[in-house]
Amino acid sequence: MVASSAPGSSPVEQYNYDIVRKFTIMALVWGVLGMSAGVWIASELAWPFLNFDIAEITFGRLRPVHTTLVIFGFGGSALFATSYYIVQRTCQTRLFSDGAANFTFWGWQIAIGSAAISYMLGYTQAREYAEMVWPIDLLITVTWVTYLVIYVMTLRRRSQPHIYVANWFFIAFILATALLHVFNNMAVPVHMFSLESYSLHAGVQDAMTQWWYGHNAVGFFLTAAFLGMMYYFIPKQVGRPVYSYRLSIIHFWALIFLYMWVGGHHLHWTALPDWTSTLAAGFSILLLMPSWGGMINGIMTLSGAWDKLRTDPIIRFMVVSLSFYGMSTFEGPLMSLKSVNALSHYTDWTIGHVHSGALGWVAMISFGSFYHLIPRLWGTKMYSERLIFAHFWLATIGIVVYISALWVAGIGQGLLLRAFDEYGNLAYTFIETVSFLHQPYVIRAFGGALFLTGTILMGYNTLMTIIKSKKEQAEIEAKIAAKLANA
Amino acid sequence: MKHETIETNAGWLIGLTLLVISIGGLVEIVPLYFIDSTIEEVKVENKETIHPYSPLQLRGRDIYQREGCYLCHSQMIRPFRDEALRYGHYSLAAESKFDHPFQWGSKRTGPDLARVGKKYSNEWHVQHLIAPRSVVKESIMPNYGFLMTPLSYKDIADRMRALKMVGVPYSESTEEYDANVKRFGEDIAKNLDILHAEENLLTQAASDNYDGNADDVTEMDALVAYLQLLGTMVDFSKFDEGHFAKFR
Repeated sequence: MVASSAPGSSPVEQYNYDIVRKFTIMALVWGVLGMSAGVWIASELAWPFLNFDIAEITFGRLRPVHTTLVIFGFGGSALFATSYYIVQRTCQTRLFSDGAANFTFWGWQIAIGSAAISYMLGYTQAREYAEMVWPIDLLITVTWVTYLVIYVMTLRRRSQPHIYVANWFFIAFILATALLHVFNNMAVPVHMFSLESYSLHAGVQDAMTQWWYGHNAVGFFLTAAFLGMMYYFIPKQVGRPVYSYRLSIIHFWALIFLYMWVGGHHLHWTALPDWTSTLAAGFSILLLMPSWGGMINGIMTLSGAWDKLRTDPIIRFMVVSLSFYGMSTFEGPLMSLKSVNALSHYTDWTIGHVHSGALGWVAMISFGSFYHLIPRLWGTKMYSERLIFAHFWLATIGIVVYISALWVAGIGQGLLLRAFDEYGNLAYTFIETVSFLHQPYVIRAFGGALFLTGTILMGYNTLMTIIKSKKEQAEIEAKIAAKLANA
Repeated sequence: MKHETIETNAGWLIGLTLLVISIGGLVEIVPLYFIDSTIEEVKVENKETIHPYSPLQLRGRDIYQREGCYLCHSQMIRPFRDEALRYGHYSLAAESKFDHPFQWGSKRTGPDLARVGKKYSNEWHVQHLIAPRSVVKESIMPNYGFLMTPLSYKDIADRMRALKMVGVPYSESTEEYDANVKRFGEDIAKNLDILHAEENLLTQAASDNYDGNADDVTEMDALVAYLQLLGTMVDFSKFDEGHFAKFR
C-alpha cells in the first residue's frame, strides 16, 4: 500500500475515514429529523388540528418528507458510511478518489435536503418513495454513478483475491438501485424551467413500474444493502466467522433474483392483470426461503458467543434486528397472499409491517453497526455505555408498541369495513372505522416517540464521543508540545 | 463454473448480478405494453368514453398530486362485495390509461375516490375541503382553505404538450383535432385542443363556477372540477358484466 503524503508532515490515514465520519454524522442528523417528522405526522392522524392550516406541514406534504429523510437520508447515509468503511477494510486498500467520494457526499446531502424542502413547497412527482422532482432525480443519478465507479475501482484495487460477501450485497444494491431509479423516474418536464413533470408511463403499466421500484426500494435499498452491513459487522462484533459460507452464496443469488419479481403484490385485486399479481405472490412466498436463510446465517454466527448478549449492548441491537428481519420477512409473504391482502391492503397493517422492517431491522442493524464503528472512527470509546443500553430499550419497546397498535388498527379496520348486518347491508360507514382508529393512532405516535427518543440519545452520545475524542487529541498534542518545549 | 470465479472477479460479479436482477422486471412489466387485453375496450356507439382531462380538470389533478391526496385516498376499487356497496363498480384499467402518473394509491386513511365524481354537490366539496369537520365530524383530514387562491394556468399549454409527448391525445394540428372528434366526439375533442387551452379553462371555470366565487379562477375550482369527473366516464349500464370480465 503506497501512502501518499499530505501537505506538511502528517501522513494521510491508511483508509479514508473522513468520508465515513461525514456520512455517519449526517445519517444521525437525518435520522433525528426524519423520525421527528414521522412522529409529527403520526400525531396529525391522531389529532388533526396539528396540521394548523399551514399548507407546508399538512400530512400530504410532510409524509414524503418523513419517508425520504428516513429511507434515503438516514438509511442512505448509513449505507454510504458503512459501505465505504467495509469496502476499504475488506479490500485492505484506500477508497478510490477522495474527490469523487466527497462529491457523493455533497450530491447526496443536497439531494435529500432539497427534496424535503421541495415537498413542503408542493413540488412532487407524486410517486411513492420517488417523489423527488426531475432535477433532483438527475443529481441523484450522477451521484449514484459516481458511487458505483468508486466502489468498483476500490474493489479492483483490493489486495485480496476474494471479494468479501458483504461487498456482493453492496454491489447488487448499487446496481439495482440505479436500474430502478432510472426506469421509474422517466418523465417529461412541463418545460425547461419547470420543476414539474409528467411520468412516461400511465395507468396500469405505471402502477407496475412504480411498485417494481417501490418494493425493491425495500428489497435492495433497505434489505440487500443492510445485509451487507450484517455480513461485516456481526462477525466483527462477536469475533467469529460467518456461520455458513455456502448459505451466504445461496442467500445472495436467490434473494436478488426473487426480489425483483414481487412488487406486483402491492397491486392485488386491482386493475393489474391477474397473471402479474399471481406471479408476484408466488415469488413473494419463495422469497421467505432466502430471507430466512440470511437471518439464520446471521443468528448462527452468534452461536458460541451468546453469553456476550448479557454484557454487550451492540450485540443486542444486532440480535433484535435479525429477529425483526425474520419476523417481517415472514409477515411479508403472508400479506402477499391474495386472501390476506384483501383484508390488509389499504389499511395500517401495511404501515405496521413496513415499520417492523424499517425500525426493527434497518434502523436496529444500523445502530448496532454505528456503535461498533463510531469508536473506531474517532479513536476513542463511546461516551456512555449506559446511554447505549437506554437507547436499546427505548427503541425495542418503541417498535413493539408501534407495530402492535397498527396490527390492531389494520386488522380491526379491515374487519369493520367488510362487516355486514343481518340484512346484508354494510355494518359500518367508512367514517366509523376512522373513529375506531383514534386510539391505535395515539398509541402508535407514542411508540414512535419512544423510538425517536432513543435515536436522540444516540445523537447526544455520539456528539459527546466526538467532543471527548477532540479533547483527548488536544491533550496528547499539548503533552507533545510541552515535551518538545522542554527538550 | 465455480463460485470462486465470480468471487474473485468484479466483472463477473457485476455482469451476473445485472443479469439476475433484470429478469423479474422484464417478464412482468414489458408484456403489459403488448398484451391487448391488459386495458379494456370501453366504447359506446363507437366512441371511446374514457378521455383525457380538460385543461381545468388537469390543473385540478396537478393540485391533487401536489397536496399528496394520493397518500390517504386510493382511486382503485377492488372487486369485493363491500367495496361495490361502498364505492361502486370495480375500477377498470382503462379508467386510468391517461393518468401520468397513476393515482391508485396504497392506503385508505380516507375513503376511495375512484368514483366520487357527481356523488356530492360542488358546494359540499368546497365546504368539506375548507373545513372537513364541519361536514363530517369525525374526519381527520387537514383543512384545505388555502386552496381558495387564484389558480396559475399560464403554462397550461406546456403541460398539455408535455402530456402529449408521453402519449396523451391532446391535439395541436387540425388532423389531430379531427382524429379526436372521431375518437371521443366533438364536445370532448374541443377541450383537448392545446391551442385553445387557456380559453377552455376559463370557460369551464366560469360556467360551472365550482367554488361559488365567480370573480376568480381558484385552485379550489380546479380541484373540484377534477373530483367531480372521477369515475364518471364509464356508464356501466351500457355494458353487460361479461364484457369487462373478459379482460381480467
